[in-house]
Amino acid sequence: MKTENQRAWFFVLPVLLLVAFNALVPIMTVVNYSVQETFGNNVFFWQGLDWFEQILRSDRFHAALGRQFLFTFLILIIEIPLGIIVALAMPRKGMWVPVCLVTMALPMLIPWNVVGSMWNIFTLPNIGLLGYFMNDVLGVNYDMTQQPISAWITIVVMDVWHWTSLVVLLSYAGLVSIPDAYYQAAKIDGASPWKVFRYIQLPKMKTVLTIAVLLRFMDSFNIYTEPFVLTGGGPGNSTTLLSIDLVKIALGQFDLGPAAAMSLIYFAITLLVSWLFYTLMTKDDAQ
Amino acid sequence: MKKRSLIPILYIAFLLLPIYWLVAMSFKTTQEILGGFSLFPQTFTLENYRVIFTDPTWYWGYINSIIYVSLNTVISVAVALPAAYAFSRYRFLGDKQLFFWLLTNRMAPAAVFALPFFQLYSSVGLFDTHLAVALAHCLFNIPLAVWILEGFMGGVPKELDETAYVDGYSFPRFFLTIFLPTIKAGVGVAAFFCFMFSWVELLLAKTLTAVEAKPIAATMTKTASSAGYELGLLAAAGTLTIIPGAIVIYFVRNYIAKGFALGRV
Repeated sequence: MKTENQRAWFFVLPVLLLVAFNALVPIMTVVNYSVQETFGNNVFFWQGLDWFEQILRSDRFHAALGRQFLFTFLILIIEIPLGIIVALAMPRKGMWVPVCLVTMALPMLIPWNVVGSMWNIFTLPNIGLLGYFMNDVLGVNYDMTQQPISAWITIVVMDVWHWTSLVVLLSYAGLVSIPDAYYQAAKIDGASPWKVFRYIQLPKMKTVLTIAVLLRFMDSFNIYTEPFVLTGGGPGNSTTLLSIDLVKIALGQFDLGPAAAMSLIYFAITLLVSWLFYTLMTKDDAQ
Repeated sequence: MKKRSLIPILYIAFLLLPIYWLVAMSFKTTQEILGGFSLFPQTFTLENYRVIFTDPTWYWGYINSIIYVSLNTVISVAVALPAAYAFSRYRFLGDKQLFFWLLTNRMAPAAVFALPFFQLYSSVGLFDTHLAVALAHCLFNIPLAVWILEGFMGGVPKELDETAYVDGYSFPRFFLTIFLPTIKAGVGVAAFFCFMFSWVELLLAKTLTAVEAKPIAATMTKTASSAGYELGLLAAAGTLTIIPGAIVIYFVRNYIAKGFALGRV
């Protein structure tokens, strides 16, 4: 298959240098901060692993991490099945295919802060379309600046709106790659729609679905801008996800040590879970 | 068949509703917005757009964003092409580890990098330049471009390379005149993704700029907080940010499904 060639490193070198410049220097800065204490004026004191211990024991971190996992769990459990259902129902050929694909991709091309502002305008009580509909037509008390539950529903629905299309497009790509002959064979065998899905469509979508789960995990776990613009982490701390909390500590309180330690723990968790998905994915590739 | 097409129709309606609301708001006056609920703009006005197109702090935001996004797209795709070729064609020491390390950079929360990026780019004198943002976005766009291109290149049979060498093509000539045209869909898709992720990112772009290269997104957040309730203006600015993406997506519409699968179907 592939030939052994060490000179291939020259092809990779520009990528390596550019990414290393962007990744290694900042991460070393973070590591540096994470083991020191400063009182300003660039005077630093060795702190060892105290910050890590402090963060790992702090209730605030546990709460933010809990909210983060809940958010990511909700996102995956809603977006993955919904994306598959929409992809299955989409037309396979004809003039509507590009129309569907382009409109579905549209939310993903909107800057993230605009997504936040857009949903803010959309959900304002009495003024926004959704806010008006909920409060004045349905008579439900809905105000995300006051009630944590409204805020949570809003950020989850916003993310479903923003990113489900990624799952749809990935699943759809897997579906259109299935030859017609497979379906004809299934028809001759008298297979039920469920069996067609379970034994023909799902296996064909496996690789792309792993990519979808991986990307959705990474991006929802690292989400910052949209909920920050929409709720600012409130009401109270109810929607303060990990990134929002991190930026509050780092730039708001300027506690560089704890913020750096938290960054590294945060990155390590993301990496660990992503690695699990990645090994799953490459195992499929090898087969 | 009729019942089945209901699902995509409902889904698309759900997607378009908030966008419709944004566009509708952009044609309303502030009084109308604050005055109460109206489904369609009652006092249709272009005032919000006029403000944006005549105020340099507004329209320079768009120009700045487009400059660094284009710069980033060119850099990312240009360096990712040879790397993706190496990954798809050769085995070399540490190739798997390197590929995984590249992908880990997509997993790094941007919030982690905000402050160190500010210090890094200040110390090399690039703070508040378009190049700074373009280079910073390489952190997540290069790995993605390599991933996509590798997927597309993997689908091209190796015999193509071998035949070309037998015919006496040098590597650069083969790569530019035969290989690149073969995977041009992949290049288009990779460029599209780089454009998309650089265009939508705000945190790093905002951290690395002050005045000269300030992105439109940062101009908007400033308006949102300082001008109080200029919702119409904010909606108009938001509406305009959708247009570049819509134009770019039009060019890759035929490859978009495969593109989102990163060429791996």
